[in-house]
Amino acid sequence: MHGMTTFADQPLENQIAEWRTYLRRRKALHGSDVEELEGHLRDQLAALVDAGLSGDEAFLIAVKRMGSLDVLSREFARAHSERLWKQLVMAPELEATQSGRDEVVIVLILAVAAAVAVKAPTLFGHPINTNDNFPLFYGRNASLFAFPPLAIYFMWKRGSSVVKGVWVALAFASGAVLANVFPFAEMSDTEVLTMMHLPIALWLAVGVAYVQGRWFDDNGRMNFVRFSGELAIYYLLIALGGFVVILFTFMMFRAIGTNPDWFVLGWLLPCGAAGAVLIGSWLVEAKQSVIENMAPVLTKLFTPLFTLLLLAFLVTMAWTGSPINVKREVLIGFDLLLAVVVGLVLYAASARDAQAPPGFFDGLQLLLVVSALVVDGVALWAIAARTSEFGFSANRVAALGENIVLLVNLTWSAWLYARFLRHRSSFVALERWQMAYLPVFSVWAALVVAVFPPLFGYR
Amino acid sequence: MNVSKDLVAASTTPLLLAILAEGDSYGYAIIKRVAELSGGHLEWTDGMLYPVLHRLERQGYVAAKWHASESGRKRKYYRITKEGRAELAAQRQQWKAVDGTLRGIWMQACTV
Repeated sequence: MHGMTTFADQPLENQIAEWRTYLRRRKALHGSDVEELEGHLRDQLAALVDAGLSGDEAFLIAVKRMGSLDVLSREFARAHSERLWKQLVMAPELEATQSGRDEVVIVLILAVAAAVAVKAPTLFGHPINTNDNFPLFYGRNASLFAFPPLAIYFMWKRGSSVVKGVWVALAFASGAVLANVFPFAEMSDTEVLTMMHLPIALWLAVGVAYVQGRWFDDNGRMNFVRFSGELAIYYLLIALGGFVVILFTFMMFRAIGTNPDWFVLGWLLPCGAAGAVLIGSWLVEAKQSVIENMAPVLTKLFTPLFTLLLLAFLVTMAWTGSPINVKREVLIGFDLLLAVVVGLVLYAASARDAQAPPGFFDGLQLLLVVSALVVDGVALWAIAARTSEFGFSANRVAALGENIVLLVNLTWSAWLYARFLRHRSSFVALERWQMAYLPVFSVWAALVVAVFPPLFGYR
Repeated sequence: MNVSKDLVAASTTPLLLAILAEGDSYGYAIIKRVAELSGGHLEWTDGMLYPVLHRLERQGYVAAKWHASESGRKRKYYRITKEGRAELAAQRQQWKAVDGTLRGIWMQACTV
C-alpha cells in the first residue's frame, strides 16, 4: 500500500484541497513549493492510514507535524528573499488569478483611452502645434483626459452602482463645461486659475469613485489620501523614466538627421502623461499591502527639515529685522509653503497609529505647524499693510482665499495637536478634522473655476 | 531526551548533506531517515525541512529535480553536488573538533 498518494476517502481529499488553497494564499510560497509540501502531506497521510488511523485522525496528525504555517512561510520568505522584492512590482497571486488578468486588460484599455482622449480634440480644431506657445486649451482640460478613465477604473474595480456613476459623470461634465464655456481674454489670469484649480476640484470626484460609498467613513477617505500620495510618487518616477526616453529619442533621431519634435511633443509627451495616471494608479493598487508606503516615510524625513527651515527663517528675520519684501506674487509662495505643511500633517496622520500615545514626533509636528502659522502671519501682515498699492486682482483674491483655507486647517490642527500632547483628547480628533476638511480644498477650487472668470470679467 | 532547538538547527545542514550523500532522496524520505538515525531524539517540524532544502539549493550544495514517483505523482528529488560534498567534509571537521573538545573534558571529569 505504501506509495499510494491519492485517497479513495473523499472527505480526506476535500480536507487536503482546503489545506492547499490555504497554503496558496501565502505570498512567500510559490506553486511548486505548495506541490512539494502537499506531496509530503500525502506521503505522511498514507503512512498513517496504513498504520490503521482513520482519515480524520491521520489528517490532524499530518498537519500538526507540518508545523505552523506562519513560521513556515516566514522561513520560506527568508530562504527566497527575492520573492518579497518581486512583490514590489507585482503580487504573484495578482498575476495568476483571472480577475488580476482582467484588471491588467482593463487598465491598459483605459490608459489607451486616456491617451486617445488627449488626441481627440485635434479632430475638432485644437491641434497641438509644436511651434506654438503652450496650448491653453489642453491646460484647462488636462484633468478631463485622465481623471474620468481613472474614475471608471475604480468604479469597475469596486463594483459601483449606476446612480453613483451618474453623479461622478455629472461632476466631470460640469467640469468640462466650465473649462470651455467662458470667453477668456488673451493672456487671461482667470484662465490660468482655471487650469490650476480644475484638477483639484475634480480630484474629489475621483475620490468619490475610489472610496465607493465609504465617503463618510474616515477610513475610506484616509485610504484615498494614502492612495493620492503614493500615486504622486509613482507618477514622478514614471515621469523621470519618460524624460529619459524623450532625451534618447531626441539624441538618436537627430543623429540620423530627423527631427522628432512633432512626435515627442505632439504624441509621446501628452499621451504618455495621460496614460501614466492610469498605470501609476494600477501600480499603487497592485502593491498596496506589500510594503510600507513611501509617502509616510518621506513625511518622517521632511518634517524635521521643514521645521528647521521655518525656525531658521524666523530667527534670521528677528535677528536682522528685515521685513518681508512684498513682491507681486509673494503670497503664492507662502500658500505653497502652507500646502506643504498641510501635506506633512496629513501624511504623518495617515501613517500614525491613532491609538499610540503622544511622542516626540507629535511634538515636532506641532512645532512645524506653529512655526508655519507664525511665518504665514508675518507674511499676511506685510501684505495687508500694502494692500492699497496692489488692489484686488483675480490672482490675489485666489491666493488670499487659499491662504485662508490653509490657515484655518492648520490653526485648528495646531489646537488639536496641543490638546493631544497634553492628553486632553485623542489623536483620532485630529485625524477626523483633517478628513472632514478634505472636501473644503476641492470646493474652494470649484468655486475659483466656476465663479472667478465671470467675476473678474474673464481677464 | 530532546535535543535543544539551537543544536537541532546547527546540525541540520550537515545531517541533510550526509543523508543526501548516501543517495538521492525526497523530503518525506529524508524526514523518516532522520527519525531512524536519531532514534527520535532529533525532533523536526516536517514543514521546516523544505525551506532548509531550498536554501541549500540556492547555496549550490544540493540540486533538485522533479521526477514522477512510483505512484505517478510528481516528486522533487534532491541530490548532493560537488560543492555540497566539500561543505559536508568541512562541517564534519568542525563537528569533530567540537566533539573532541567536549570528549576531552568529559573524559577528564571521569578519571579525576
